[in-house]
Amino acid sequence: MALAIPQQAPWYLVPLRFVRGLLQGRRFPGVALFILFFLLILPGIFAGFIAPHDPIKGSLSARLKPPMWEKGGTSTYPLGTDKVGRDVLSRIIHGARVSLRVSLEAIIVSGVIGTTLGLLSGYFGGRIDAFIMRLVDISLGLPIILVALVFVAALGPSFGTVIAVITVLLWARYARQVRGETLSIKERDFVARARVAGASHFRIMFRYLLPNVVNSLIVLATLQVGFVILLESSLSFLGAGIPRPIPAWGLMVADGRELIVTAWWISMFPGLAIMLTVLALNLVGDWLRDRLDPKLKNV
Amino acid sequence: MQRYILVRFLQSLLALWVMSVIVFSLARMTGDPLDVLLPMEAGEGERERVAKHWGLDKPLFLNLENPFDAQYFTFLGKALRGDFGMSWKWQGHTAMGLVIERLPATLELAGVAILISALLALPFGVLTAVWKDTFFDSFGKIIALLGQSLPSFWLGIVLMWIFAVSLGWLPTSGRGTWYHMVLPAVCLGWFQVAAMMRLIRSSMLDVLDSEFVKLTRVKGLAEWKVVWKHCLRNAAIAPLTYFAITAGVLITGSVVIESVFAWPGTGLLAVDAVRARDFQVVQAIVIVFAAVFIMTNLLVDILYAYIDPRIRYQ
Repeated sequence: MALAIPQQAPWYLVPLRFVRGLLQGRRFPGVALFILFFLLILPGIFAGFIAPHDPIKGSLSARLKPPMWEKGGTSTYPLGTDKVGRDVLSRIIHGARVSLRVSLEAIIVSGVIGTTLGLLSGYFGGRIDAFIMRLVDISLGLPIILVALVFVAALGPSFGTVIAVITVLLWARYARQVRGETLSIKERDFVARARVAGASHFRIMFRYLLPNVVNSLIVLATLQVGFVILLESSLSFLGAGIPRPIPAWGLMVADGRELIVTAWWISMFPGLAIMLTVLALNLVGDWLRDRLDPKLKNV
Repeated sequence: MQRYILVRFLQSLLALWVMSVIVFSLARMTGDPLDVLLPMEAGEGERERVAKHWGLDKPLFLNLENPFDAQYFTFLGKALRGDFGMSWKWQGHTAMGLVIERLPATLELAGVAILISALLALPFGVLTAVWKDTFFDSFGKIIALLGQSLPSFWLGIVLMWIFAVSLGWLPTSGRGTWYHMVLPAVCLGWFQVAAMMRLIRSSMLDVLDSEFVKLTRVKGLAEWKVVWKHCLRNAAIAPLTYFAITAGVLITGSVVIESVFAWPGTGLLAVDAVRARDFQVVQAIVIVFAAVFIMTNLLVDILYAYIDPRIRYQ
């Protein structure tokens, strides 16, 4: 009867196995979703209700307070305050909303543009295809940080500029992906039948082809969210992204840079927030890809 | 092959040209240059005279009577000769002069970063492939994942905090001795390590599986010699070409890292120029960097096609 008894793993292997399962994409990324929910989605939607303090107005009497567990910290400001007395925790919570907004808007705009052009390119082929694919090659070949710097030098930092810059880069990936899949799907029988039945080009593209590429669009979008958040925070850090005093994570890290000797918490916590969010998004994206669309292995 | 190189070369020129159009249009969107050139109280006649003198009365892109007599072509012609005008912020310097003056610092940093990433990625990549599915391999995967997820500017600040502020081993910022270079170079190289390690791992896995490797084992060759001599030599092709891509990525990555560590290179110049809205300097940097970036991409593609004949005939 010894067979029925499950082999007990030594205690120290349990966390290691867990991490390994997560990394190899076999395990459901529950921890990652948990982090995402509490770090990005919940604060992103309900920032105004959760944040204990105003993210923009500080109180000058409470400047540079350390986190509550350090000497001199109070539980009023759990993660401390910055040099104008703004609560770091509240700013991180509101920063989640900025990250969420930028990534959703950028991905939706570039997704719509990229998918439409990809469908056109794959469905019609010929000159249209050649032209759109040239555009794709060009925009994938542009150095993105530099494009961002030119835009910002000309137009000044704003939400719109950041989203425009990110869109310039991202649409091409959608277009390339959608085009590739459209090329094979349009040869299938149901498309030919739709054509015989008299469906218009427009109808074939959006009612027959689009639903078949949705899976890979979802995977691509999930994998992009992390990338967009990282890009936005890098741009904000350089002063070429979200303008002050809006609480963006990258800006907060930049604010704390000169104070790293005396007030490490100002840039440490927002940086951790970026890292954990992007890490979690990558894990979820990898898992989704393996589930929905193993073809995308190299995106 | 020649046709492939020609097509790719023309594509690169096209990309560079698009970049120049973007830069030029955005420069004009910032406002009418006449407002900068003229005092506030200048009259209409004065405006016209100055506009004529600087060629600002010509159309921006398209002149129907004389196709090449437009402002854009004046800009392009000067840009091709490396003339981007005078800097507004750094008085008495030409924009191009500033870029060239700062370029050595950036190249120095990028060189050391490439060296560090190669020295780390090579052994790690090979070992993760040889010891596939062990905990060492998982460790490699964690590093790769962190490479994708850690914001480079934050990593820079954390390393500065630990090694410069708390431990006091290295200087926090600036340029001078070798010690100054350690932190920025490690930060810049870190992301390449993650990417290159995975690349070496996957191509090593392919080679380790092949027939000729089995033969060398059957011959009774020592295992270390099989791995490090016979396999590595065959697996090195893909990572080698990736090196060139890395060079392009490092150039743009330097913008972030240089501004973290106040490294006086071109990247820092770019950020300073953007903050001061010094558009002449931004133009010069962007065009120079874009040229380097696009040309390295071109070189990589040609190298790939040279190594792998399948690409040439696509």
